[in-house]
Amino acid sequence: MENFFDLVPLVVFIPLAGMLLNLFAGQNLGERGVAIIAVGASASAFLIALLLWIAQIDTGYGAAVIDAPLLGSWIEIPSAGVDIGWQFRVDTLSVTMMLVVTGVGTLIHLYAVGYMHGDERFPRFFVYMNLFLVFMLVLVTGNNFLMMFVGWEGVGLCSFLLIGFWFDKAHGEGWKNSDAARKAFIVNRIGDFGLILGVLLTFWTFGTLDYYVPGEEPLAHHAETEEADVPLFGTGVEEAEEEAHATGPMGVFNQAEIWLEEGDHEVEFGMVSLSFKTTITIITLLFLLGATGKSAQIPLFVWLPDAMAGPTPVSALIHAATMVTAGVYMMVRSNVLYHASDTASAVVALVGAGTAIVAGYIAVGQWDIKRVLAYSTVSQLGFMVTAVGVGAYTAAMFHLVTHAFFKALLFLASGSVIHGMEHGHHHLAHAHDGHGHDHDADAHDDDFDPQDMRFMGGLREKMPITYWTYLFGTLALAGIIPFAGFWSKDEILLDSLKAGLDDGHMEGYVGFGVLLVAAAFTAFYMWRQVSLVFYGKARHEAADHAVESGRVMTVPLMTLAAFSLGIGFINIPSGFPILSALFGEHRFANWLEESVTYAHGGTANLLLAALAVLVATIAIYFARSVYSDEAMVDLSQDPLEDDLHIRRVFGWANAKLYWDEFYFSFIVYPYQRAAKWLADVLDWQFWHDFVHERIIYRSYRGATDVLTEPVDKGVIDGSFNKLGDLTRQAASRVRLIQTGYVRTYALSVLFGSLLVIFLILFPVIRELLGI
Amino acid sequence: MGDISLVSLVFILPLLGVLALIFEPLFERQTNEQAIRWLTLGVSLGTFGLSLLMLNNFDTGVAGLQMEHKIDWIEADGFTIRYYVGVDGISVWMVMLTTFIMPLAILASFGPIQERVRLYYIFLLLMEWAMIGVFIAQDLFLFYVFWEVTLVPMYFLIGIWGAEERIYAAIKFFLYTMAGSLLMLLAVLWLGNEAGTFTLPEIIEQIQTGELSLGTTTERWLFLAFAIAFAIKVPMWPLHSWLPDAHVQAPTAGSVILAGILLKMGTYGFVRFNLPLFPEASKTFAPYIAGLAVIGIIYGAWVSYGQKDVKKLVAYSSISHLGFVMLGIFALNSTGIQGGILQGVNHGISTGGLFLMVGMLYDRRHTKLMAAFGGIWKAMPLFSGISLVIVLSSMGLPGLNGFVGEFTILLGSAGSEILSWWFTAFAALGIIMAAIYMLYMFNTVFMGELDKEENRNLPDLNWQELWSLIPIVVMVFVIGLQASIFFDLMDESAEALAAPYVANPNAEALVELNTGDVELAVALWAISGAVIGVVVTPIIYSGRGRNPWSGGLVGAAAGAAGNLLLLVPLWVYTPALEVDEHALPATSEAPGD
Repeated sequence: MENFFDLVPLVVFIPLAGMLLNLFAGQNLGERGVAIIAVGASASAFLIALLLWIAQIDTGYGAAVIDAPLLGSWIEIPSAGVDIGWQFRVDTLSVTMMLVVTGVGTLIHLYAVGYMHGDERFPRFFVYMNLFLVFMLVLVTGNNFLMMFVGWEGVGLCSFLLIGFWFDKAHGEGWKNSDAARKAFIVNRIGDFGLILGVLLTFWTFGTLDYYVPGEEPLAHHAETEEADVPLFGTGVEEAEEEAHATGPMGVFNQAEIWLEEGDHEVEFGMVSLSFKTTITIITLLFLLGATGKSAQIPLFVWLPDAMAGPTPVSALIHAATMVTAGVYMMVRSNVLYHASDTASAVVALVGAGTAIVAGYIAVGQWDIKRVLAYSTVSQLGFMVTAVGVGAYTAAMFHLVTHAFFKALLFLASGSVIHGMEHGHHHLAHAHDGHGHDHDADAHDDDFDPQDMRFMGGLREKMPITYWTYLFGTLALAGIIPFAGFWSKDEILLDSLKAGLDDGHMEGYVGFGVLLVAAAFTAFYMWRQVSLVFYGKARHEAADHAVESGRVMTVPLMTLAAFSLGIGFINIPSGFPILSALFGEHRFANWLEESVTYAHGGTANLLLAALAVLVATIAIYFARSVYSDEAMVDLSQDPLEDDLHIRRVFGWANAKLYWDEFYFSFIVYPYQRAAKWLADVLDWQFWHDFVHERIIYRSYRGATDVLTEPVDKGVIDGSFNKLGDLTRQAASRVRLIQTGYVRTYALSVLFGSLLVIFLILFPVIRELLGI
Repeated sequence: MGDISLVSLVFILPLLGVLALIFEPLFERQTNEQAIRWLTLGVSLGTFGLSLLMLNNFDTGVAGLQMEHKIDWIEADGFTIRYYVGVDGISVWMVMLTTFIMPLAILASFGPIQERVRLYYIFLLLMEWAMIGVFIAQDLFLFYVFWEVTLVPMYFLIGIWGAEERIYAAIKFFLYTMAGSLLMLLAVLWLGNEAGTFTLPEIIEQIQTGELSLGTTTERWLFLAFAIAFAIKVPMWPLHSWLPDAHVQAPTAGSVILAGILLKMGTYGFVRFNLPLFPEASKTFAPYIAGLAVIGIIYGAWVSYGQKDVKKLVAYSSISHLGFVMLGIFALNSTGIQGGILQGVNHGISTGGLFLMVGMLYDRRHTKLMAAFGGIWKAMPLFSGISLVIVLSSMGLPGLNGFVGEFTILLGSAGSEILSWWFTAFAALGIIMAAIYMLYMFNTVFMGELDKEENRNLPDLNWQELWSLIPIVVMVFVIGLQASIFFDLMDESAEALAAPYVANPNAEALVELNTGDVELAVALWAISGAVIGVVVTPIIYSGRGRNPWSGGLVGAAAGAAGNLLLLVPLWVYTPALEVDEHALPATSEAPGD
């Protein structure tokens, strides 16, 4: 079945074909045709990914590098040894990502058919969605860092286009959707700045950007394999391969392993010489900057909450399930490098943990249903990044997979809620139209926001499917056993603690403590949200008239809900009672180890599991008691604000810690002011007008005036008069420009300069002409 | 045809077109404007076809000139000035760029240009002829002649068909570039005199074999004379002041040619003359020129963001892009040079496209102020979609052409043996800044609410406009996805160019350069700060009603101190640098070159 690996380009090219079809013919196909093409393309890509998965299992997890058809080499400069190709890589890591992207992607495409129904740019929406799949799949299947970068910026572009999909609408005072889109792209570009520098440094360190060259297998790290607590490296095959590939061309990661073992390799870069270890630390930190952009970590997370301006399926697909996890994927892909640098790993862990807690805290104070989820996403990404930092690459990928399902579910369900609210609102407006004069409703209309949870309440009865699926997502996110989030979150917590206890990494303890608190926040804000949306009584007539969404939307919801419950079973830690016997021990880890050198499975720690569930349960109980049905009748202020001290804490969360304000006043506005100053004052008034006009031009004119009167009139004019007349006649015949001024000016310049040249060059010319 | 090479044919065809246009009235009773347009387009397409043939005949295995054509022109006592043309891997792409852009510029003029049509197209074809001449000339004097000839049609294109302040802009363009080229003329004559010939390959050979030795001082002066002429044309910061005037005032096709091709004459000049003729001086000046290039990248991008006029924004963005090109060239290795050349081509395509775009907006609304637009996407979906591609290509989205160029340049500068790492780091900042100004423009013009009544019924592209943009979009993707095709042709030539600079660097010489020139450089740096301070501060002070003279002193002190402060990081790592130089031969395992 190895031939199946050759199918991998199709994973990219099928969505591309779908996108092109809809781009050029979408206007004539009607909603149905467009939807069939788009969803079909996505589903076909998913099928290919499934085939690849089966082929992987069948071939004993062999990896393959496949050249892209039609395209030759991308950037090839023989004299400089640069050869960057269009190559796809099939291994367990890329297949995992492919399955998640296309699987969740297909469900969201399907849902979007219902959600976007009736939009005037319906075809365009699906063009962008398919284009997103193309880039995301390029990102995860590329065999070199530059191809990853193509996908990396490409998904950023799609994110830009989709956030700004309703670019003519505004979101809040003076903040247009297009501004949110632009903010997302630029903030991401700041991260990309780091990533591209990292890629450059990688190239000059290793002489290649390929992860592995064709036919090469990841080398297992010798020292690590001997240690008992990191099992499952040498499967015999690899060791043989190791010998075979110790010489010959090598990809980045194996070369890194070898140089790390040698220990005394030096790297020349831009007139500096660095030890190999230092170089790796710099590379990984630059990569981290990239990851903070794409995966919304401190300090660059600010774009993600604004990105909620896009349609909800976009939030689910791009800003929750797939694109934002690209940073985590990239770091897991580079696990060899991160593993080699303790400094970088520590920074990664601290950034992740900081993000997890900060975003979790901010989420508590939000009223917008999607904003809560956005901050929740930031927080969960923080969990994944922390996992990378403490070396728990399996846990990071595991959480990435489970999170993709339950967060997509939550977003889609929130979209269903918004849809229901809008429906209720329409119904209301319609009813009032019929009844004639109800000024009160009009007043209501002005500040009605279908996404504001203060207008919701009591939707449990109105939208039962949405409610139940939402509940599944919430329980998974909060980490309640046996939902998916429990398994992955627990593994991150355990691995952090182990990094502290076993390896003595301080960031392990810090990560563990911070993440545990963040997990409590997670459970709290999610239950606050569930209470506000679904429990109690309707606080607005729109919520009273909300209806359940159609089947095209609820079917994806229910599918995702099933996954949110079940997907965690793919990686039950070893030694977990009953379940590990039922589903096998950390199968996902075993699978991942084939391509992620430093991935490892987890062992169950029941005490920690119990602690995590207890913390979550207490937080849920606490949330429900604060947001009880009675407390939610009047929501002019949050129940948390009743207490004077907590009110301030809530206020900070509500104001998002003034993070945006800080950036605006210290970076954005100064940059804009400086741009204005440079453009208007320095470049124009000073350099253009003052220096050129006044100093150079006027002094030139002054000099000309002096020369004109005594010299020109007397001497030169006479001799040049004839010539001047001739030219004037010629010129007046041609009549190019009416202003005599130009003509004489240019002419005088010409003759003047010729004279000067002649004088200066007289000796040379004499010699030249042999006079 | 016998001895006439394809290159000569490509060169002559536009001139034949000019003759045809001049005598066109003889064939018909009245000037037929439509016939003139189509004739011109046909000639330029024919030239493009011939140049494709030339590309087809190009032998990638040869580093030197191909398809040469040599005729003695002026003979005088041992000196021969020749009509000597030919292409190598560098100039072949410049010629291709010229012949590719010209039909688009001509097609885009069909609608907007309705006055003095014949004269206009005569100038366009003259322009094409002269520019091809510049790129294929292999004789110093011939090169200089064409270099000057390009000024004339452009002067009239701006001066006659330009916007309100066209006369002023035309004169400024003329004088500014003229001033530079006079210096070059001096250098050309001097060099010809020293070498006893004007034929470029002969002079280069003399220099490489050591037959002709100019001496350090002379070499540096000659380098500077050429460099200033080219730097004005590029334009490099701070010699860019003519550019916004010329661009903004020029008609659309003029801007396209100016940005697309004319500016490349500057960067091409550096590659063709400065690098092979003055190796020592190039090495000495490389960090300074690259420094100016990096300043240009950041400055251009920053100033772009402060513009209200969309054409001016695009004009300033050229300064930023050309900064990348210059950085690549003065990385002085094969990667950098090839990246620079390719980015030159890319800039011609993307910025050419941007100017076409701006022209189309202007034709519809007769304003170039961004504030006058908004939400155009709803009114002109096709135009906006194509514009998006061009904007993205200009800001370097991977998979499109701009990225390949920028990446290769950064790859070259990062691996350079002459430039320190921070050139690369600061240049990469330009990538962020490009996104900032480009998206600002795109957001203001195309996105947002379609709230202006005048914009509601703007017609989408007509066929001339569409077909002038489609080739650009196609090339954006072709270069972006298959850059190897382009590198393939220039690889040998670029390697030969870079050879003198990348052969085992003499460790002692480099260290000597660092220690010997450091004091002077620091002093100059401090003085430049002081001068800037003296000039700038009074201006700011006078705006605020304070005594400008006291401001001068404060400014001088502050400027000098500020510049010295900027040196601190340099200072810190200088010792490390010297140690490395000694270690270099032993550990140089860096790939490539």
